[in-house]
Amino acid sequence: MLSEMNPASQSHPADLETRDMLLNIGPAHPAMHGIIRIVAKLDGERIHAAEVEIGYLHRGFEKMSETVDYNGVIPYTDRLNYVSPLINNMGYCMTVEKLLGISVPERCHYVRVILSEISRITDHLTCVGASAMELGAFTVFLYMIKAREYLWELVEKVTGARMTVSYCRVGGVKADLPEDFAEPCRKAFEETRKVLAEADGLLTRNRIFVDRMNGTGVISREDAISYGITGPFLRATGADYDVRKDCPYAVYDRLPFDVPVGTRGDNMDRYLVRMEEMEQSMRIVERALRDMPRGPVQVHPGTGRPMPAAEMVDLAKVGNIVAIADDTAVTCPTLEGSGRASHPSIATNEKRVFLPPKEDTYGNIEGLMQQFKLVMFGHGVRPPRGEVYFPVEGANGELGFYVVSDGAGSPYRVRVRPPCFAIMSALSKILTGDMIADMIPTFGSVNMIGGELDR
Amino acid sequence: MNTASLIGSVRDRFPDAVSASHTYRGDATVVLRRNFLLGVARFLKQDPALQMNYLMDMTAVDYSTFGRRPAPAFFSSSGVAVSPSSQIPDEDPWPGPPDQSRFAVVYHFYSMAHKHRLRLVVPVEEAGAEVDSLTSLWPGANWLEREVWDMFGIGFRGHPDLKRILMYAGFEGHPLRKDYPVKKRQPLIGPIN
Repeated sequence: MLSEMNPASQSHPADLETRDMLLNIGPAHPAMHGIIRIVAKLDGERIHAAEVEIGYLHRGFEKMSETVDYNGVIPYTDRLNYVSPLINNMGYCMTVEKLLGISVPERCHYVRVILSEISRITDHLTCVGASAMELGAFTVFLYMIKAREYLWELVEKVTGARMTVSYCRVGGVKADLPEDFAEPCRKAFEETRKVLAEADGLLTRNRIFVDRMNGTGVISREDAISYGITGPFLRATGADYDVRKDCPYAVYDRLPFDVPVGTRGDNMDRYLVRMEEMEQSMRIVERALRDMPRGPVQVHPGTGRPMPAAEMVDLAKVGNIVAIADDTAVTCPTLEGSGRASHPSIATNEKRVFLPPKEDTYGNIEGLMQQFKLVMFGHGVRPPRGEVYFPVEGANGELGFYVVSDGAGSPYRVRVRPPCFAIMSALSKILTGDMIADMIPTFGSVNMIGGELDR
Repeated sequence: MNTASLIGSVRDRFPDAVSASHTYRGDATVVLRRNFLLGVARFLKQDPALQMNYLMDMTAVDYSTFGRRPAPAFFSSSGVAVSPSSQIPDEDPWPGPPDQSRFAVVYHFYSMAHKHRLRLVVPVEEAGAEVDSLTSLWPGANWLEREVWDMFGIGFRGHPDLKRILMYAGFEGHPLRKDYPVKKRQPLIGPIN
């Protein structure tokens, strides 16, 4: 049947009819990482034209954001790029902070930077591992997922969750890093470096891998810029645009790191750029852990004692707040690190934005009122009227949030600039002229994340 | 180039096109009359002092319910508004949404060479909501404009293939318009072809 549909090739007699074949790849196809449909017009195995169809995972993120309060959007941002949700959290929170005009403590910046760099590594591991698997290197995939597991354990230690973390808050983060976080971090990076060295040994000079990556999926620097492509995909073409370097936010201007760039803009360069970026991210985290301002110290050593939250509430109800003024509340484990001691170093001191520490909520009327003013229906964070755009460097490129406020308790408009949207819009151009087998590494190197592409 | 001279250079070159400009929280913004859009965009891209080679983002806002959204009646006045701190620049107060136009198409440009950003706002009335397409300057505008058409129903003159992108072809209405109910349901349809 195939030969009937596609009899054309140069060696055949000239009187045979030649026709392009339409091949429908996806929406549900194992190589399409989610649900994407590519309609390819084939001449033999060569792609003449390709049409990319997206939107199968559209969940109305932007519409839903208009119906919840400002902090209520954060769980939705987790589900944009679900491989590196902490970067989305951070991007959204920093945008709203810009709109509010508030700043966060230095330690909070460091915590956000550390976690978003760990997320960047997990994202790149997933991307490189999955595309290596599709080229037959299943071992590399398993190794990289193993390394990702170590990093997700770190994320779990801090946030209490592995993927949908909802860790950042407008004006700070949910909780401080656990004590001696540097040690598990060092161990996890040691393992990750081992895995990266192994993967490098298995892939970088592997004939099969190199032959399929070299010279496929090429895009020129000019084309990449005109399509608005950013991130590793752009840097593989030789342009060195990185939001962390060019428009530094948080504390990136104080941390030394290099921006790796490629020269040819093909799949191999994108692979090499991602491999080097993981190393650079680890460098950033190690430096940040060294440089960050010291964590919480016990404010009142000696007098403060841990006390079950319910007991604290009971004492406060009968007015005995003097006895519990210095005590710390023992709350549920997910709130660990958000107590009174660490609160000033992880959250803005703007009371109209950030929840009070639990000790104050349970122990005195001011804290209780502050809590209620922020969580009760119809109350909450109210930025002034205005519009802001704020970009951060996501794992795939510039992740920008554009927020419009009309002064009410929920955003008037939230727009996210998803980095892989630009890459996907250039995909049909990149694929055209390549062989059908090249589609697999090319699509893998796009690192298409359905959640952020379709929102 | 700082934000004031960025705005100034657009204003000097196109005195008739710019209807307003402001720098709110450090974001330089120029509000344009819509028939000048293509010319201004070409100038931004090609002028050696600006070199806005990136169309970073493009979206639209439906301002029809701005400031008039239903608030929970009992609590409506008790929310606290936050006043900005001095640490974040706030050169001009935000002038508010464009008057009398329901929509505003918002462009974010970035220059890789000069590392500056500029926002263009083009107010669009509901009747005959259409602006010029930027696909001739940035091919990346193709999908972005399709998305704005899909979500807001704003047309783009000169777009090669203006069709829905996130929603399916048989979808009725434009979901990000404020008069589109959040909980409205439409029948699930199978593949069209």
